[in-house]
Amino acid sequence: MDNLDRLEAQSVYILREAYKNFKNLCMLWSIGKDSTVMLWLARKAFFGHVPFPLVHIDTSYKIQSMVEYRDRMVKEWNLSIIFGQNEAALAEGMNHQRGRLNCCASLKTQALKSTLDGTGTRYRVMPDGTYTIEPNKEPYTGVIVGARGDEEGSRSKERYFSPRGVDNDWNLDDQPPELWNQFKTDFAPGTHIRIHPILDWSEINIWEYIEREGIPIIPLYFDQGDGRRYRSIGCAPCTSSVASCAKTTEDILVELRNTNVAERAGRAQDQEDPHAMEKLRRDGYM
Amino acid sequence: MREQMNIVIVGHVDHGKSTLVGRLLADTHAIDPAKIIKIRNLCDQQGKAFELSFLLDALEAEQAQGITIDSARCFFPGETRDYLIIDAPGHIEFLKNMITGAARAEAAILLIDAAEGVRENSRRHGYLLSLLGIRQIVVVVSKMDRVGFSAETFTQICDEYRAFLAQLDVFPAAFIPVSAMDGDNVVTRSERALWYEGPTVLEAMDGFRKAPQPEDLPLRLPVQDVYRFNRLGDDRRIIAGRVTQGSLRPGDEVVFSPSGKRTRILRIEAFSALEPESVGAGRSTGLTMTEEIYVQRGDVMAHVDSAPRVSNRLEANVFWLGRQPLRLGKTYKLKLATYSGLCEVEEIRKVVDASELSSSTGRERVERHEVAEVVLRLRRPLACDLSHEATDTSRFVLVDGYDLAGGGIVRGVLETQDDDPLAKWTTEAGDIDRPLREQKRGHRAVLLIIHDDLERTGQALAAALEESLWGHHHEVFRLAFASDDLHKLGGGRLELRSTSYAVVATLLNAGQIVIATVPWADDFTHHESLGLPGLEMVPKLQVRFGPDDRLSDGRLSDDHLSLDPAAEPRAQHDAVKRRLSEHLRSA
Repeated sequence: MDNLDRLEAQSVYILREAYKNFKNLCMLWSIGKDSTVMLWLARKAFFGHVPFPLVHIDTSYKIQSMVEYRDRMVKEWNLSIIFGQNEAALAEGMNHQRGRLNCCASLKTQALKSTLDGTGTRYRVMPDGTYTIEPNKEPYTGVIVGARGDEEGSRSKERYFSPRGVDNDWNLDDQPPELWNQFKTDFAPGTHIRIHPILDWSEINIWEYIEREGIPIIPLYFDQGDGRRYRSIGCAPCTSSVASCAKTTEDILVELRNTNVAERAGRAQDQEDPHAMEKLRRDGYM
Repeated sequence: MREQMNIVIVGHVDHGKSTLVGRLLADTHAIDPAKIIKIRNLCDQQGKAFELSFLLDALEAEQAQGITIDSARCFFPGETRDYLIIDAPGHIEFLKNMITGAARAEAAILLIDAAEGVRENSRRHGYLLSLLGIRQIVVVVSKMDRVGFSAETFTQICDEYRAFLAQLDVFPAAFIPVSAMDGDNVVTRSERALWYEGPTVLEAMDGFRKAPQPEDLPLRLPVQDVYRFNRLGDDRRIIAGRVTQGSLRPGDEVVFSPSGKRTRILRIEAFSALEPESVGAGRSTGLTMTEEIYVQRGDVMAHVDSAPRVSNRLEANVFWLGRQPLRLGKTYKLKLATYSGLCEVEEIRKVVDASELSSSTGRERVERHEVAEVVLRLRRPLACDLSHEATDTSRFVLVDGYDLAGGGIVRGVLETQDDDPLAKWTTEAGDIDRPLREQKRGHRAVLLIIHDDLERTGQALAAALEESLWGHHHEVFRLAFASDDLHKLGGGRLELRSTSYAVVATLLNAGQIVIATVPWADDFTHHESLGLPGLEMVPKLQVRFGPDDRLSDGRLSDDHLSLDPAAEPRAQHDAVKRRLSEHLRSA
């Protein structure tokens, strides 16, 4: 068994624990490489099926091809997808020029909260590409998230099964113990659990696995001929591409093994405050 | 593919763990220079000296107080393999976080401050490492610059600590004099401790050996779940789980404990991969069997000649982390591998103060951070191994309310004692068996369980169903189970047990459609199978009031239906009857 086999076995184990223990379970899918690898792991765990809905938060500022890719995969992989937005804030014109952290808190954190607890409108992507309003408004009590421990400081302190309070808040000063693959699956009404199946994966592991398994990742990660590619994807105004000629997963692996620039260096919101991500995450950000 | 080694750094608070990790990262050039600049700026802003430890202590509160609150993980590439370093907090308040970090490690570096010497948590962490089964340990005597790199001080600390660890059968691979602040003996050899000839910290890390995958040990596969995604057009009934040790291949004859049922492995199922010839320790897998025997989560699959132990009374060593003490006679939830069930603390034999190794007897409580030898009595027998025989199937945790409150290892099993002598009754039926009766009646025997809500609409629904089925010439029998002691079920699952089970089993074997109402149990695991040994082939439909029957598609044997509590009684009745009719006809 090599390192990727070990990571895969652990992620599959966690996904199956989540499926067994949570009545209202969903998986956040950002369209990015990490959560797409996680989605692939779910298909492995459940032998080709994904027996829970994927939830996508649409800030309306996402890079256009992300939405196209999402709607295409629904059909190809027979997925069930729900998406939600902070419609009130969008109607009122929220954007990153009003402060990036402020914009993230509104269009991501708040939209996520209302989509998860069912107070916001949930839309379902149909196989024919149309959207309908989802009738199920039950709060999700188990939310699978593709956070990785090596992304930034506060994520490195996460649990595989991490409780969130009534307001979606993360009390990281008092996290539950977690050992021997026994996870927190008991929780008070109104609270929920975030589940992190790929917490132990590094950015390189993700690419090694994409390469090994031949996972059809969104092409934004590759140089399309202009000498630039995205290393991390998100909203168009706050995500910048990096100079790179990597056209294949193999090229990307060579590049990553020779850099020590942080993966999220192209994400503008992180640079606003030294504890930006910790603050966002305490309030419920993924 | 490079190998990865997980190493935890532990020790008393303020003995310099985060600084050591920061030094390792800086001196092996594993860190983004931008990150060092970011931290330097942050220190300037707050008027503090630059701290290497801030690389790890990322949380705002950690930097403000200069301590590690939660275990951080960081990767760094070594010469020959990658390391995942887990920086565990040393403050007693955060012992649960230290244990969380250490439980993921394969080896440990234990730090002792040269100026302070062996402290309470140096000993406590040493003890816990031994309980967690971490055998590869290196001791780092840190802050040697504060004692002028005195060989005498170093030797004194080593002797004291070596003697302590020996009592726990822990023997460190090395003791290393270090100044992490200045970089002595971390990555580069110290010029100030020429009397020291042993390895540097990095060399000692390179010397840790990867534990072999225990493929040669007896097979253990704790059943995690059983899938049949038939609504998605998939007919396979797949037993899912992770091989914790040993290996298996198609054709192997296996036994499931505690039930003792046997069958053979038909196929190893896989998605987007060739069907593997065998599956070894560590892998998550899925299996189809030659016969469809009833197994459930918590059962342990083994080869027939090397099954695990089965008991409902365990002798165990536990460490306690709960806010409330562990109490004699109190009921907790025990989780071992995939088993989960209630247990009672039958006896507290001995309580150990992990920092002193002193022990006391005759206690009725085990306080937070103490270690104890106890006897636990389970409501339902489990399959397990002893701690020296197998790792994953001998470790458990205890849950108090919503919280994981302790961990333990099984040291022995005692003779099973049954609380309920009725459970031991066996009955044998006559020659006119259920299939014959079903043929004659023209419908199957089905068990319909209605989880009644507080308004008792379930009872009314059951009565209406009984009447309409009877009206259509079906054999039907209705039972209402009730209890005045519902609160005693506490956090436990509502189960059909002993006498209730015997009644239901007899009626089903007599070809009846049994409609049973049971009181609503909020925490009833919504897709749990009822079990009912001997009645695996009887269709079971569980009905409850409330949303979501989404998960029923993947579940084995029991079908589930959720009713809208606000719907008209007629609509509820029709929904149940529609679903029931599928089972009545099924082959």
